[in-house]
Amino acid sequence: MKQTAQVVAIAVAAIIALFGAANGSDALFRAHFGILFIVLVLAAFLLLRREEKPTDDPDAYMDGPIKYGTIATLFWGVVGLLAGVAIAAQLAWPELNLEPYFNFGRMRPLHTSAVIFAFGGNALICTSFYVVQRTTRARLFGGDLAWFVFWGYQLFIIMAATGYLLGSTQSKEYAEPEWYVDLWLTIVWVAYLLVFLGTILKRKEPHIYVANWFYLSFIVTVAMLHVVNNLALPVSLSGTISYSAFAGVQDALTQWWYGHNAVGFFLTAGFLGMMYYFMPKQAERPVYSYRLSIVHFWSLIFLYIWAGPHHLHYTALPDWAQTLGMVFSVMLWMPSWGGMINGLMTLSGAWDKIRTDPVIRLMVMALAFYGMSTFEGPMMSIKSVNSLSHYTDWTIGHVHSGALGWVGMISFAAIYFLVPRLFGAKQLYSLRLVNWHFWLATLGIVVYAAVMWVSGIQQGLMWREYDPEGFLVYSFAESVAAMHPYYVLRALGGLLYLAGALVMVFNIYMTIKGRIRDEAPLVTQHPTPAPAE
Amino acid sequence: MSAGEKDVDAITGTETTGHEWDGIKELNTPLPRWWLYIFYATIVFAIGYCIYYPSMPVDGHKGVSGYSSRGDVQKDLDAAAAAQSGMLDQIAATDVGAIKDDPDLHRFAVAGGASAFKVHCTQCHGSGAAGSAGYPNLNDDNWLWGGTVQEIHQTITHGIRFAEDDDSRYSEMPAFGRDELLDAADIKATANYVRKLAGLDHDAALAGTGATVFAENCASCHGDAGLGDKEQGAPNLSDAIWLYGSETADIAAQIRLPKHGVMPAWGSRLGDTTVKQLSVYVHALGGGE
Repeated sequence: MKQTAQVVAIAVAAIIALFGAANGSDALFRAHFGILFIVLVLAAFLLLRREEKPTDDPDAYMDGPIKYGTIATLFWGVVGLLAGVAIAAQLAWPELNLEPYFNFGRMRPLHTSAVIFAFGGNALICTSFYVVQRTTRARLFGGDLAWFVFWGYQLFIIMAATGYLLGSTQSKEYAEPEWYVDLWLTIVWVAYLLVFLGTILKRKEPHIYVANWFYLSFIVTVAMLHVVNNLALPVSLSGTISYSAFAGVQDALTQWWYGHNAVGFFLTAGFLGMMYYFMPKQAERPVYSYRLSIVHFWSLIFLYIWAGPHHLHYTALPDWAQTLGMVFSVMLWMPSWGGMINGLMTLSGAWDKIRTDPVIRLMVMALAFYGMSTFEGPMMSIKSVNSLSHYTDWTIGHVHSGALGWVGMISFAAIYFLVPRLFGAKQLYSLRLVNWHFWLATLGIVVYAAVMWVSGIQQGLMWREYDPEGFLVYSFAESVAAMHPYYVLRALGGLLYLAGALVMVFNIYMTIKGRIRDEAPLVTQHPTPAPAE
Repeated sequence: MSAGEKDVDAITGTETTGHEWDGIKELNTPLPRWWLYIFYATIVFAIGYCIYYPSMPVDGHKGVSGYSSRGDVQKDLDAAAAAQSGMLDQIAATDVGAIKDDPDLHRFAVAGGASAFKVHCTQCHGSGAAGSAGYPNLNDDNWLWGGTVQEIHQTITHGIRFAEDDDSRYSEMPAFGRDELLDAADIKATANYVRKLAGLDHDAALAGTGATVFAENCASCHGDAGLGDKEQGAPNLSDAIWLYGSETADIAAQIRLPKHGVMPAWGSRLGDTTVKQLSVYVHALGGGE
């Protein structure tokens, strides 16, 4: 009868949503709660239609939410990449701004949230659930709580995304959703922490595997960042608008403490956890160095949390805070590289797999981009470099070499690893298509990052160009006009990356259907000369 | 594996930690030396940097260097101002019409004017000063209010139809249609006559009627031949330059209910030295008289 309780809970929530849709104190709130009502009614309807399944073996691993998670990861990945290509095209051709719902201002947070939180978040939640069970030999803690985490998180994504398009925002980068959506995410995130921590506590292994350290640090820190940065007072409990608890430079510093650690803990620590499980599994080799993993884990999480002020160089932020933001960023270089070394060197004795296994190839490229962008980051945090790079497309290029290269590719590799195992397929539908995906994605990132380097440095140089008489040479509009060819090429890079993801969707779909493509092997097998018996 | 027995990875020859998770083992490889030493070096750098630059939330603490962002910017601004001060003082002391007599001063003024133009003027007049519908082109030799450097200086200083400046240039063509000074047929006829003045295609019969209407209503400002009057800001109607379009319908619309462009007064915002430079720059664009 558990399902009845769930249907009742959703129905009660739907009634509250309907009440909000009818009585909200602003039009945006009424529209947003109208959407929430429709979503909840649909959810209750689908739940009622679902046939009661026999409960699975309570001693076996709980893989249901993970299966759904792999699909959600791919779905939101395509949505986020599509939004990215759309806004890249809007920057190149401003006529593509479709007012009001699809203008750049609303589509940009849709893109960033869809790729970071919807794609990245789903990838982290589903892989962490998979990894924590295998490495503790324990079923997920909390029964159906894991299902609540999965569906609750999807509801957060839908509320965030529809809010952006309707024009609701609290204007904090990567934390745009308004107070009621933030509260919902807090509930879901605490449930996530409970499931993960509970599973670790009931583990059957004596020691906690390194991947779980990273996952746990990501979950705990993101909870702290999310709650503090979103502290706000709503104007009305039935309205969208709220005012931040912070003002002025304190608000800016809190925002970038949050923003930079969203990169550090969401996009770095979490995905390092992913790497620490899937890399040795796929390579079938031991992790290179246990000591390195300890030292780089603690130094990474200790140093990262202080690095945020480098986003506020040459602003009203006091000089001492800028100094600390910079030196902590510089010290982060080696702790970041520790993960890259440990990942790449795990291939010792299995280097040939880069040639034979396109999934390993994805992982290696992910680590290469991780290493590159974690060198680039400390370099850009140095004040004299930052005075050129800040506010330019160089920053955009830097973020994307990390996001497309590191986060995207390591997630793709993990999904390629997971899907055949979760859905009971013997193998992937096609390794050649994985290879196509690899090259489309790599080419896309290279085009994107290289173009943004050129445009960013050109922007920076144009803005600071003085003539011999001591006058600025270019107007801002002239620097905008000069970016057009780069923006066209950037959209092309994004399109290549999206094309790779679509190839993956097809490959995964066919894999889940249990099909195996009749294709020549990726590498011609030469008989290995065997020593005489 | 019993205690004391080492589990050694065959390929690398390194021993493992002895633990295994879902088939994953960990080698007990020591920290790579180059990694460790670079890490130490970044820490040493950080400490040194913190001693040299301001790094403590204590009032007045500026590190050994005495650096502050604000001080740094001020130094740059002072240096820039000092480098230009000779020239700027000279411009301030020179009559705007006399700047061109000193080639160095003129070159400097044109450069300064170009820079200020990019910041303050391109929004309406375009980065090439070519204007657009409703915003005059400043490259040609057609001037609504006069094209000598003094006249340009007057226009920039006080603006056009700018209510907050008592000395603003001001002209207002009557709304012949809205105020029922002329009927629709007369307006259409006059528009055709204006096209005839400019040597454009027109209806000859209508233009004939229009000539009379023009002489009675328009010639007092625009002149008998439509050559305009810079004293009053009345545009020349006989040339190929049209602020609001040259189609019959465009001209008729302007007779019916004229659009009157507004330009802010820049003298009080930018100061006379910058306005002088702007005047010299605009004058030098090609059409200056």
